Amino acid sequence: MPKVIYVDFQGNRSELEIANGMTLMQGAVMNGIEGIEGECSGSCACATCHCYVDEAYLGHLPEMTENENELLEGTIGERLANSRLSCQIRMAAELDGIVVHLPEEQ
Amino acid sequence: MAGNLARVVIVGGGHAGFQCIDSLRKGGHEGPIALIDGDPRLPYQRPPLSKGYLLEGADPDTLLFRTADYYREQSVDLYLGVRATRIDRENRSLELSNGDHLAYDRLVLTPGAQIRPLRVPEDIADRICYIKTLSDIDRIRAQLAAVRDIVIVGGGFIGLEFAATARKLGKRVRVLVRGPRIMQQNVTPALSRFMLEQHAAHGTDIRLATGVETVSRRADGGFDILTTAGRSLSCDMLVAGIGVTPDTGLAEQAGLECDDGIVVDARCRTSDPGIYAAGDAVAFAHPMADKRIRIESVQNAVDQARVIAANICGEQAAYDSVPWFWSDQYEFKLQMAGLHEGYDRVVQRGTTESGKFTLFLYKGEMLIAVHTVNRPADHMAARKLLAAGISPGFDQAADENCKLNSLLER
Repeated sequence: MPKVIYVDFQGNRSELEIANGMTLMQGAVMNGIEGIEGECSGSCACATCHCYVDEAYLGHLPEMTENENELLEGTIGERLANSRLSCQIRMAAELDGIVVHLPEEQ
Repeated sequence: MAGNLARVVIVGGGHAGFQCIDSLRKGGHEGPIALIDGDPRLPYQRPPLSKGYLLEGADPDTLLFRTADYYREQSVDLYLGVRATRIDRENRSLELSNGDHLAYDRLVLTPGAQIRPLRVPEDIADRICYIKTLSDIDRIRAQLAAVRDIVIVGGGFIGLEFAATARKLGKRVRVLVRGPRIMQQNVTPALSRFMLEQHAAHGTDIRLATGVETVSRRADGGFDILTTAGRSLSCDMLVAGIGVTPDTGLAEQAGLECDDGIVVDARCRTSDPGIYAAGDAVAFAHPMADKRIRIESVQNAVDQARVIAANICGEQAAYDSVPWFWSDQYEFKLQMAGLHEGYDRVVQRGTTESGKFTLFLYKGEMLIAVHTVNRPADHMAARKLLAAGISPGFDQAADENCKLNSLLER
């Protein structure tokens, strides 16, 4: 299974294997990774799964929907160019090894 | 025994039950925790059931709150596929359907709600589809391929989400709504109208002020329905989403105060101070409401469970979260924040025609609720405004150029 590496705001790394098709939010929440909440169960409605995606993988991500774009305007952690909602990123072969950094607060 | 070694027993593995476990452990609770749920599966999330899971299927494991490892690591004893049958308050013990008796210091009731059944002859009752558990959806999915015509009874969120999904799958969909408009309990008349038009535009045939008079079974397995409006309809699948009733059975039997729900105080304690309750089954005086209410939402379940865990961990926590919930229908994301009952003015931002707008609902000059359609950023800002008790002026609310977040920074 492809790997994802979550790095929390203090720099702690957690490496997980998650199944293709599962979102990075689901992978984090189900495995108890701190720093991602996913209050709305992944329906792109709450912006509590904000993450910063490592530049190398940005080009492989699905395009951002208008909803996601708007939600990112209201995140608690500062929005950066590589900000995404992790519920909108489904694991796929080309994302193997993806590194996402988590904000201090959601 | 008090403090963080108390034995906690939780009845109900929905959002409230799971959250209570997680918050207890994160809050430093070291005592034993047991979870009882009649469903044999590991606790799972409900919102995707009527939405993505219904549409796409997916591995049911992706719905789990946590994998089995979590419960082992956190030393949580799971009693799944087992029901709680009686509370012995005097001896602080819970009787289970498998004959076990669990001693507790703190009991947490998160039983949720039960589907309100459609009244039909007995021989058809088990053929009616409902949307509540993973098994319900799996059952629907197993039949769906062979189904062309679907009739849905009920014009609330669940029925309408199912309708939208079924249309996406190319089914013929008719919805019977007893009341004069859809989502009557939860949104304003203008929003009901807007969504009614969207359903019509997507080919969903919604019949208002129409109930079911009789249902009979056809030889081919389908149904013939006579509506209260005197029309006859035939369909292959009949789905009912006509609401739920709080599951108060165990609490009532134990003599806990119940009134359309298990009555709890601001700290989510029932009339027995050793027993807490949270979620859809609970009736309480929300600080934003002027009477006792019950809220059926994930947010309510989760936030009440957090309050319970904090109290068990020795804090003095009270529940005062701003209620919020959402619904996905076609490309529309409806989000509601606050409690709108008693509003006397609606201020709109954005045009209905654009399919993206926000309704600010006021009681006098006080903002009491905000409903958004495809404006999730407004929803998030509105929750903060409501929590802070900040009411934008009517002109500010209507003005696209007035950033809602900027009102928070004052």
